[in-house]
Amino acid sequence: MKLDTSGLESTAPFFGSSHELNDGFSAVPSFEIPDTIDFDGFQKEAVQMVKPAKGTTTLAFIFKEGVMVAADSRASMGGYISSQSVKKIIEINPYMLGTMAGGAADCQFWHRNLGIKCRLHELANKSRISVTGASKLLANILFSYRGMGLSVGTMIAGWDETGPGLYYVDSEGGRLKGTRFSVGSGSPYAYGVLDNGYRYDMSIEEAAELARRAIYHATFRDAASGGVASVYYVGPNGWKKLSGDDVGELHYEYYPVLPSTVEQEMVEVAAA
Amino acid sequence: MARYDRAITVFSPDGHLFQVEYALEAVRKGNAAVGVRGTDTIVLGVEKKSTAKLQDSRSVRKIVNLDDHIALACAGLKADARVLVNRARIECQSHRLTVEDPVTVEYITRYIAGLQQKYTQSGGVRPFGLSTLIIGFDPYSGAPSLYQTDPSGTFSAWKANATGRNSNSIREFLEKNYKETSGQETVKLAIRALLEVVESGGKNIEVAVMTKEQGLRQLEEAEIDAIVAEIDAEKAAAEAAKKAPSKET
Repeated sequence: MKLDTSGLESTAPFFGSSHELNDGFSAVPSFEIPDTIDFDGFQKEAVQMVKPAKGTTTLAFIFKEGVMVAADSRASMGGYISSQSVKKIIEINPYMLGTMAGGAADCQFWHRNLGIKCRLHELANKSRISVTGASKLLANILFSYRGMGLSVGTMIAGWDETGPGLYYVDSEGGRLKGTRFSVGSGSPYAYGVLDNGYRYDMSIEEAAELARRAIYHATFRDAASGGVASVYYVGPNGWKKLSGDDVGELHYEYYPVLPSTVEQEMVEVAAA
Repeated sequence: MARYDRAITVFSPDGHLFQVEYALEAVRKGNAAVGVRGTDTIVLGVEKKSTAKLQDSRSVRKIVNLDDHIALACAGLKADARVLVNRARIECQSHRLTVEDPVTVEYITRYIAGLQQKYTQSGGVRPFGLSTLIIGFDPYSGAPSLYQTDPSGTFSAWKANATGRNSNSIREFLEKNYKETSGQETVKLAIRALLEVVESGGKNIEVAVMTKEQGLRQLEEAEIDAIVAEIDAEKAAAEAAKKAPSKET
């Protein structure tokens, strides 16, 4: 059984390929099972180990001008903050973005793999793949690895022939089409701000500010989210990074410290 | 040269794949098939050898649907055609499932041609003995297309083309008489082309018309007879017009 590296192989198979005259359906990707007595228990343990790791806040929503995508940048291992500067918005290609929640390596690898497949589709069919098609490719791959411990909670946002597109895809194999999503441990807080302030007819600046504020509020209350709030916009000409603000600085922007009158000044004690 | 036409995986000394060329011969012996692309209509016409009295003619449809918006006609070995059509139909549905979009005509043509090519580069198999004419409308752009594939696995797009018996004469006729047409004019052009090599009459030709709105529609024998009558009348009028001036000298 072999890991699916079809995106990385060259297309011309050498002689001896056993699936020459088959229907052309790709074989289900799979890999070797580890040597344990209780494989089911091992699987459950592996999944539990990875589960809390979706410590992040990412969000995306469709509005009149296109799609707004935003995320924090903190990576945590339990209570330890391993990084404050993780890129959680992955650029699949110039007109499609993916967000990262869950296992960083899983998200990065599979988004890269998806980018390869999208490019191959473009070359073969002389036209860009739709957001629908791209998200379905990813969802089908993740479904075939279901139960094997992948942890991916991603949103695929892009602009294609039919306009703006937004899909939520996860490692359970689920795929949802929608207009507003937030993924990660900070998502309840982000949803609160996002759902409250959302209107379909917003300008790009208004939408960016809403996204930024939603991420900020999530990082304020959720320990596993923090760092930098990045905001990207996807329009008819592709994506563009709008801002990346440190959430600590954002805090004092939104809630500036008011100077209070000093009652008693401290004086220096004269040296004895 | 006789040694090089057993296992087709070998080339002959002068660069031929004889099995592929023999397959093209089989195509040349098959029924004539013609396809004409108009601006909003695409027409496929196939020669129908007279059906035996006891045969149920509905079971020998020569023009088939690959999907709601794509149809195929072929010349050559009909049994091979059945296998190829089944594979193509599965691929159309598989595409709808994986990218949530219907296939474009170019995509399915490329798939069929790819399949035909695979069988020219494998051990112990022979090529498919048929050339296909594939018509359809692309799902979003709505552009009409006509493609042809052949046993070697090559494919290309055409404004009008013919394959099978006497395809050269039909193609010559089309080259002389082709112009951009739409609706009923396209149907007439296709039938006129087919009548160059087939006996006149609705029971000798099978015609199907594809439009974007209504998909594929097989014409009834009576309809075909009516159009054939129109064509004959037009021909007679043209003949008369040619003869008349010369009498007035």
